[in-house]
Amino acid sequence: MAYMHIGKNFVPPDVPGKVTGRIKYAEDYAREGMVYSRLLTSPIPHARVLEIDASEALAMDGVFGILTADDVYPDGEPQSTGLKILTNEPTLVGEPILALAAIDEKTAETAISRINVTFERLPFVLDPLESLVEGGANAYPGDQNTFVFRQGFATEKWTEDQVASFRAGNEPTAEPQQTWSLGDLEAGFSASEFVYETTFTTAGYPHHSMEPRSAMAYWEDGKLYLHGTSQSLTALADGMAPIIGVPKEDIVFINAATGGGFGQRARANSIPSMAIPAKLSQKINRPVMMRITREEEFTIGGARQGFQGWIKVGFKPDGIMSACDLYIISDNGGKGGGGDASSAADCIDVLYQPDALRFRGTSIGSNTAHRGAQRGPGQNQIAPIIAPILDKAADALGISRLEIRKINAPRNGDVAGPRQTPFTSAYVPESLDMATQQFDWEGRQARRRQRNGSKVIGLGLGQGYHNAGRSGMDGIVTMGTDGRLKIHNGVGNLGTYSYASTSRAAAEVLKMPWENCDILNVRTDNHLPITSPQDGSNSIFTNTRTMFGAATDMLNKMKEIASSDLGGDPSDYDVSNERIHQIADESTGYTYAEVAQRAMELGGKFTGEADLPEELAEWTRISVSRLAGSAFMGVYHDPRHEGNPPGFTVTCCEIELDLETGKYEILDMVTIAESGTIVHPQGMENQLVGGAVWGIGLSGYERHLYDPQNGLPASTGYWQSKVPTYLDTPVKIGTGWVDLPDPENPVGARGIGEPSMGAVSAALTAAITDALDGHHFATAPITADMIINHLAGTEENAAPLAQNNFRG
Amino acid sequence: MNPKVTRRRFIKGVVASGAAATTTGVWYAANGQNRPGGAVERLIRINVNGQMRSVDVAPQETLASTLRYKLGLTGTKLGCNRGECGACTVLVDDVATYACSVLTHSMKNSRIETVEGLESPNGDLHPVQQAFVEELSPQCGYCTPGQVMAAVALLRENPNPTREEARHAMSGNICRCGSYDSYLDGVMRAVQLG
Repeated sequence: MAYMHIGKNFVPPDVPGKVTGRIKYAEDYAREGMVYSRLLTSPIPHARVLEIDASEALAMDGVFGILTADDVYPDGEPQSTGLKILTNEPTLVGEPILALAAIDEKTAETAISRINVTFERLPFVLDPLESLVEGGANAYPGDQNTFVFRQGFATEKWTEDQVASFRAGNEPTAEPQQTWSLGDLEAGFSASEFVYETTFTTAGYPHHSMEPRSAMAYWEDGKLYLHGTSQSLTALADGMAPIIGVPKEDIVFINAATGGGFGQRARANSIPSMAIPAKLSQKINRPVMMRITREEEFTIGGARQGFQGWIKVGFKPDGIMSACDLYIISDNGGKGGGGDASSAADCIDVLYQPDALRFRGTSIGSNTAHRGAQRGPGQNQIAPIIAPILDKAADALGISRLEIRKINAPRNGDVAGPRQTPFTSAYVPESLDMATQQFDWEGRQARRRQRNGSKVIGLGLGQGYHNAGRSGMDGIVTMGTDGRLKIHNGVGNLGTYSYASTSRAAAEVLKMPWENCDILNVRTDNHLPITSPQDGSNSIFTNTRTMFGAATDMLNKMKEIASSDLGGDPSDYDVSNERIHQIADESTGYTYAEVAQRAMELGGKFTGEADLPEELAEWTRISVSRLAGSAFMGVYHDPRHEGNPPGFTVTCCEIELDLETGKYEILDMVTIAESGTIVHPQGMENQLVGGAVWGIGLSGYERHLYDPQNGLPASTGYWQSKVPTYLDTPVKIGTGWVDLPDPENPVGARGIGEPSMGAVSAALTAAITDALDGHHFATAPITADMIINHLAGTEENAAPLAQNNFRG
Repeated sequence: MNPKVTRRRFIKGVVASGAAATTTGVWYAANGQNRPGGAVERLIRINVNGQMRSVDVAPQETLASTLRYKLGLTGTKLGCNRGECGACTVLVDDVATYACSVLTHSMKNSRIETVEGLESPNGDLHPVQQAFVEELSPQCGYCTPGQVMAAVALLRENPNPTREEARHAMSGNICRCGSYDSYLDGVMRAVQLG
């Protein structure tokens, strides 16, 4: 289909501000009379606050007040694993206990040093398996180690023999907390020619967004103005208002740019620290800036769940995956948690369509950093584990590595997951073909495991998947009498440029030149509609639907006005060149400026004062009510879509691994997207190369490290949990996309942010395994030390399946 | 290149100091407000973006703190404030330097350039900035000013680098979004833009 905007590159309006430094992040703002907040955080991993004596601090000149958990939770802290604003029951080092405001940060720090907090030390645990074993310490309040939905805190214990057997590599025998299954597992394994079974681990590691989650707040005329960071302006503000305790109509959230959002800035309950300056400002009646340090960002900024798992996979002689049995212990950290383990099983079901699958999972707390959604939660952890197993099956059955993936690939019409949801569309065989052809996969097979001195070549092929689309949100567009289109967009500016690319769906409907469109975002008092949180790779699918719908509503209203004024039926009209005109006689019509003027004169539904969609969210209704009567308006509530809109990726890579150092260089990499129609090619390329860097980090570098004696985090910076640098990534990453439209989206688009990581991690791990003659570490990351130990035949010094230590 | 301040020497110093950082007090120490008893701010003059600026500076105050909080040049970002990420990269006598890890008092005889000083007086973007726009190099943008300054430093020293040379020259700047490929595309386009 020929589009005016979709599929074309453009310069998103915030980019010049990023290269000049003009665009403002939360901490770049200042306010007259602003004071500074610092946090007193827990110095120990598990404790109970018995007493806080702040009298000396509060008597200091320049100190304006403190905020404690008793202030923010007068009825007691919520009994959940969720991150708190402040707490008297810290379950991880660095958890905020209180905040103090002072004239400057020097005074605030000095005052905090004069506060006496009496802690009761409680036993702590860093490894979920140590907590699971009878007598092991428990991470949560009340000496408990797990949280059961709708039941609350609970305790889960295995016998010493059960834990020891699991660590020794055997299938766990304890009852899981959660299970689901598909097909006949026993029959699946009976039909298998090749069965592979192993335990595995994947490491938790921090988000490490570049911008620490600093925030500044002030109150004016009863309204809260909050400068913060988020992945979605309106989804976050909608959730933050009740956390702070302010009506939705009285919060203005300001967030021009977010310095990295990879899951933990999507929802208000994963970033409750932004409530601290808001509530402190309310208490002391001054603007409050709360600057967050890198170390604090590590603690409360969220981390990926680590896995301790067991997997058994069977393949028929023809290469079909006949059965997969998966058991995962998820590391929930000291706060937070997530459904990563079940998503991992779902991912295997999606990508390889096994005849039968069983998932079993149990989530256990550890007194380590806050856990939650992080780029492809679950789908990406399992990617580096499953890819080498596919290769082992291919080698054992005499099938090519490419062919075994094509045999099992999902296609249009297939279903997957516990609810056996159909895909909205799926073109994975096409993606495999495109990637392998662009990479010359077949041609490179002769290089496989070639030696050059101490160096050896490894080849890897990997796949990624994430559900990539939601629905049910709202859209608003307006037009003034100048005829310019204003697109009210609550999508966050987190670096994907989806706030701009989704807006282009509205411009497309009205055939509006891009230079005559204004995107209204940045602050919620720009009257923005509710959006989904920009997580789960859903933005493009979800919000092109709402933008398209709102613009279509405006288009229909234009046709109604024109036909009423100028004669004919609405269907006799179309738009071009910023005019609504009769199709048969283009001279009969209105300019956009004129039709907007007529809408203003008519009022009612044309200006948002009547006949609004009944299903509009409360947030959208507030925005529409404030705009009503001021402009020609299109308003839309998006109904639910059918099926699972998937995002798929395929990656091929070649590495050269040095058997003397355990290090490797990625010589070449090609990664291909299958995510429907491409809306913004440059943005797509950025997501693919960015996801590739994350995949390299997952496979090779990133992890949580804790001092086992005191429970102190040792990976609070960028080096110990190493974020890949320019030198850890290929000189150039090849990209491409299948570009076939999805029927459930009006412009055919689906998301890609998360699967772009999984395929790379899978391919890189497969390449490392290949270079090491098929040795399967069954872990992520695989560090140089681990490779050297393997080659030297040296046993590792960590307990098998250990979490939050140097093994990963 | 200024023989006194090389990137290698600078990074070595930063790694040593970063290892000693603790959970609390890092911001406070680096912000220059942790002054010992009796220490006072002194009025000094520093050359920033071609202008001599008078500013009161505490003994341990970092250049990043001075630029951001006293001179209002918030384009220089603080990602880690401990010499790990490069978001605060500025040019000191043409050398890419982490502004979080040098003291403002040591800058009295130096020429400091920040991202705000790159545009021409008529508002034209610097070729590196223009190239980064055209290649859509930034993602979240928080590391971008540092990446811009690192690229400017590279191209002043080597106006025609290979992609491999650019990759090494830029390697002191982390991008958590992983936009390295797009930044390198930007650097190579900037070479063409001259």
